[in-house]
Amino acid sequence: MTRKLGYLSLVLLAALFIYVSLDLPPTGDPHSPPATHVSPRYIEKAYKETGAANMVTAVLADYRGYDTLGETVVVFTAGVATLLLLEGAFKFKKR
Amino acid sequence: MDAIAGHLNYWLIAVLFVVGVYGLAFQDNLLKKLMALNVISVSTIAFFLNLGQKVGAKAPILPGGVKGGEAAAYANPLPHTLMLTAIVVGVATTGVGLAMIYRIFKHYHTLEESEILKGMRE
Amino acid sequence: MNKSRPTTILDTCVRLIIPFYLVYAIYVLVHGHYSPGGGFQAGVVLAVSVILVQLVQDPNPRWGLGRDAAVVFACLGTFMYAGIGLLTMAWGGNMLDYGVLPLGEVEAEVRALGTLGIEIGVTMAVMGVFVVIFNLLRGEE
Repeated sequence: MTRKLGYLSLVLLAALFIYVSLDLPPTGDPHSPPATHVSPRYIEKAYKETGAANMVTAVLADYRGYDTLGETVVVFTAGVATLLLLEGAFKFKKR
Repeated sequence: MDAIAGHLNYWLIAVLFVVGVYGLAFQDNLLKKLMALNVISVSTIAFFLNLGQKVGAKAPILPGGVKGGEAAAYANPLPHTLMLTAIVVGVATTGVGLAMIYRIFKHYHTLEESEILKGMRE
Repeated sequence: MNKSRPTTILDTCVRLIIPFYLVYAIYVLVHGHYSPGGGFQAGVVLAVSVILVQLVQDPNPRWGLGRDAAVVFACLGTFMYAGIGLLTMAWGGNMLDYGVLPLGEVEAEVRALGTLGIEIGVTMAVMGVFVVIFNLLRGEE
């Protein structure tokens, strides 16, 4: 019974997503909100302001450098967490 | 008809997300749950990339810069940037998840969630 | 992991392909301003070259990064990124506002150099972290 309710809720979730997606702009619309508000400034001024022809690099490292600093710290923290979790875990058997 | 063609990608992404939720909720094995989390992550990445597309747009790379008013000819670089970092962070956090699962396996000698719960009650 | 030696074919293929991996990683890193690429991708390619040698040859090969060296790389990369941010603050700008660094006359070129600096930091951090994660999940000999 619980399992059937679970399947039903999954179907409802999918139906909800499909219903909500009708309000989103159609794929590839050049006049959609994400394409008209912030990105034209990046596309038009990135080379002049940052000297990087690749706009992805310009946004990644210059306009949103602080964001990328956070991401780098997250990756570093993931490495440290793995180290703390598994350092010595494989030697456990020998002791 | 246009509505279907314009929104088909969203529906496929929604189905992918629901597949991930199904794995997360109904699978008993912790490794399969981690795979389901990765499926959800992929669906999110596809959703963001889908928002950044424009019809007939080129890759956002141009030496010399773009003149004003020509922004519609280049894809939106912002989702690309965000998802680029999301992919790398996703791989790193998957590593953390695998490490956690390994410690759980060391302690309970099983990966099935029901048996782990049984072991916790004892 | 078994201790058997790699076959001659695998060993030769790895020896042939590793220099190209390294050159390609450096290309992706320093050419990231003008083509698809950048710090994250270059770090992943470098980490893959190290991991490939560890998979095919010894788990502790003579060439490559050990676990301790990889941890040092990860720390140095993150520190380099944050350090460039602090340097720009020392020269009176906002954090990670590369335009104030005394590296040249044209502001856009100075910003490109600062971007390259933090990309190198990201490369080192990503390479170190991925090698550490693989090294730990692979297990001891």
